[in-house]
Amino acid sequence: MNLPRLIVSASPHLGGPVSTPTIMWNVVGSLLPIVAASVWFFGPSALAVLAAATAGALVPERLFGRRGAPGDGSAVITGLLLGLTLPPGLPLWMAFLGGAFGIVFGKLVFGGLGQNVFNPALLGRAFLQAAFPVALTTWPVPGQDAAALLSTNLTAPLMSVDLADTITSATPLGLMKFEGTLTDVPALLFGTTGGCLGETSALLILICGGYLALRRFLDWRIPVSIFATVAVLATALHLVDGERYPGALFMLFSGGLVLGAMYMATDMVTSPSTRRGAWIFGAGIGVLVVVIRLWGGLAEGVMYAILLMNALVPFIDRITRPRVFGTVPTVPAEARP
Amino acid sequence: MFAGLTFRHGVHPPEHKELTAGIPIRRMPFPEEIVLPLSQHAGKPARPLVAPGDRVERGDLLAAFDGWISSPVHASAAGTVTAVDLAPHPDGSFSPAIHIAVERWSAQTPRERLVPEWEDLSPEEIVEAVRHAGVVGLGGAAFPTHVKLARPPDAEIDVVILNGCECEPYLTTDHRTMVEYPDRVWSGLRIMMRCLGVARALVGIERNKPDAIAALEERRPRDLDVSILPLTVKYPQGAEKMLIKAVLGREVPVGKLPLHCGVVVQNVASVATIAEVFETGLPLIERIMTVTGKGVRSPGNLIVPVGTRIRDVLDACGGLTEGAREIVLGGPMMGAAQPNLDAPVLKGTTGIVALTADEVRRRASHPCIRCGSCLDACPVFLDPQLLGRLAKAQRWDEMDGQHLGVCMLCGCCSYVCPSNIPLSQMFGMAKKALRSQRSTA
Repeated sequence: MNLPRLIVSASPHLGGPVSTPTIMWNVVGSLLPIVAASVWFFGPSALAVLAAATAGALVPERLFGRRGAPGDGSAVITGLLLGLTLPPGLPLWMAFLGGAFGIVFGKLVFGGLGQNVFNPALLGRAFLQAAFPVALTTWPVPGQDAAALLSTNLTAPLMSVDLADTITSATPLGLMKFEGTLTDVPALLFGTTGGCLGETSALLILICGGYLALRRFLDWRIPVSIFATVAVLATALHLVDGERYPGALFMLFSGGLVLGAMYMATDMVTSPSTRRGAWIFGAGIGVLVVVIRLWGGLAEGVMYAILLMNALVPFIDRITRPRVFGTVPTVPAEARP
Repeated sequence: MFAGLTFRHGVHPPEHKELTAGIPIRRMPFPEEIVLPLSQHAGKPARPLVAPGDRVERGDLLAAFDGWISSPVHASAAGTVTAVDLAPHPDGSFSPAIHIAVERWSAQTPRERLVPEWEDLSPEEIVEAVRHAGVVGLGGAAFPTHVKLARPPDAEIDVVILNGCECEPYLTTDHRTMVEYPDRVWSGLRIMMRCLGVARALVGIERNKPDAIAALEERRPRDLDVSILPLTVKYPQGAEKMLIKAVLGREVPVGKLPLHCGVVVQNVASVATIAEVFETGLPLIERIMTVTGKGVRSPGNLIVPVGTRIRDVLDACGGLTEGAREIVLGGPMMGAAQPNLDAPVLKGTTGIVALTADEVRRRASHPCIRCGSCLDACPVFLDPQLLGRLAKAQRWDEMDGQHLGVCMLCGCCSYVCPSNIPLSQMFGMAKKALRSQRSTA
């Protein structure tokens, strides 16, 4: 018999259909409609900020990461997600710095993909928020003069921003918190409010994230648990004092909750691996979001809520590990000798 | 649950059983040479009784069992013993084996044997007869069958479970046995129940074999308390512990055997072999196996003399195609890839699967992204993610503490891992390391 060259490998000899790059690039693909929407609302400035943040994530990943690491798509996700949490008109050097910080201090120092404790995109944003509080909380209104926004984008490194020509507004959450006015829910759903790039159209994000959940590239339990917790808490508080506390719909669809719940909290690396753990993790985020938004010093709490719960993931995983088969005998009494 | 009985977790690999499920069993011609390793079963290897130059008839005893958990080896064809020395073994090693040059023009008529009617035998005598016939489990692990037939001194058995799941992709050995030899299955079960003094039996069959279920149901003896349970199609449904969980809801305690929860499980092909021994008087010298995969020209279900070289079995099926890349003995989930096609098939060989390049898993490995797929797949609820990290650091003792002993190396974790981390391979290595640690300690 004429023999072909044979392969000898360990069992199992068949492999499942899903690979890690498949998951990562699908996440990237599902983000593209959201990217397109942000460009629709804010013009070329949105594209510039997203590109700068992604470049900031990719450069250190390429320089200091595993060989071929940028190819797995995870750094692109970090860059895009960070970009989507930034205001349009942000100086590009800041966006780049945020991406680089997220990858270096949020991922590479822990040992690269899979080893990090905190979501790198959120860590990058937390860094930017601490370093440049003014630039990070200046929210241009959607649909304004593209040229004016672009000019603030191009602020030279280490220079502060000149906002004379841009029309800014507070975010819906800022309006609620500091001025006591509520934005209509339809405006939140379709994204005609002020805010950062990807936080504006809740509906679109739900659809894109829903696609990932259907293909099982994200654990649906986490966003469901977050939304349910926020809805229940918000409704309860609204019933207690309808003047002071907004209703569930406003809480769900304002700010970064939808983006955070669908895309940031579900980062596989920084969320629990067990099913029960996913429920607990989501509920914890939901509680923290409500607490920070309503009683904290900040208008928005999603970022810190997720980062805080990230830190608890190893603990959650440990307490929710399932019972190993056969460790507690469940032999019916009549079968025992 | 309308989807059928089952266990929790597990995976759904593509089945590919359509290649051979409808093909009747046929007998392959005798090869020119037979190689019979002395170790074809779990337990101590057999002791050789023949020397080069000896003339043997088909069915003659060549090597005797050595102790209780051991099994004899018989000649699967008439011929002359040419050597008793090392030969390639399907486990990858070279191990002692008896070589027989098969007599080409022999009628292959076995010596006349007087087989007692089993109805007239005591359970002890039946166990002894099965032991001398060299019958072992045909499901893959090749555990000596007489050990399972003997009444355990320390446990009460209340139910016998026949395993007709055949959850490994590609294989249709048990499937065809049930379709073509239902009477043997029932008669073997009757012998088992008599030996063990058990009044109740259950047969677990995955739902993808409706013809097997129908064939068995049609011939089901009405005087036995036995029912056929259709099970959900899911891997590893045929693993002993998973099957017991699915049909009885009982969980075998860690470190214990099925008989400690009142159960004996036996594969349908092994049970049919018990009946065959009493029917024909021949010991276990041939078995049914599936030769399949896109890498084989004409796949089929064959009766193969034990000890036939893999090469000769493949030739009997038209040989390999151009695309064949990996030859697996057993199913593709737990079977072993063969580097040497001169190795013989054994009593426990359920099939030969020739996989093509596009089926063979050859993806790059990526870091673990903690997706948790392995936790959702593990049928015994281990944390393969954690065990994998420990294995990488060679922290064997900690793995032991994380119940590595419960792992049956079914491969579900490796199958689902998107990062293609060879988890079950690492766990196999860890088990080996722990075993050698214990034996030297």
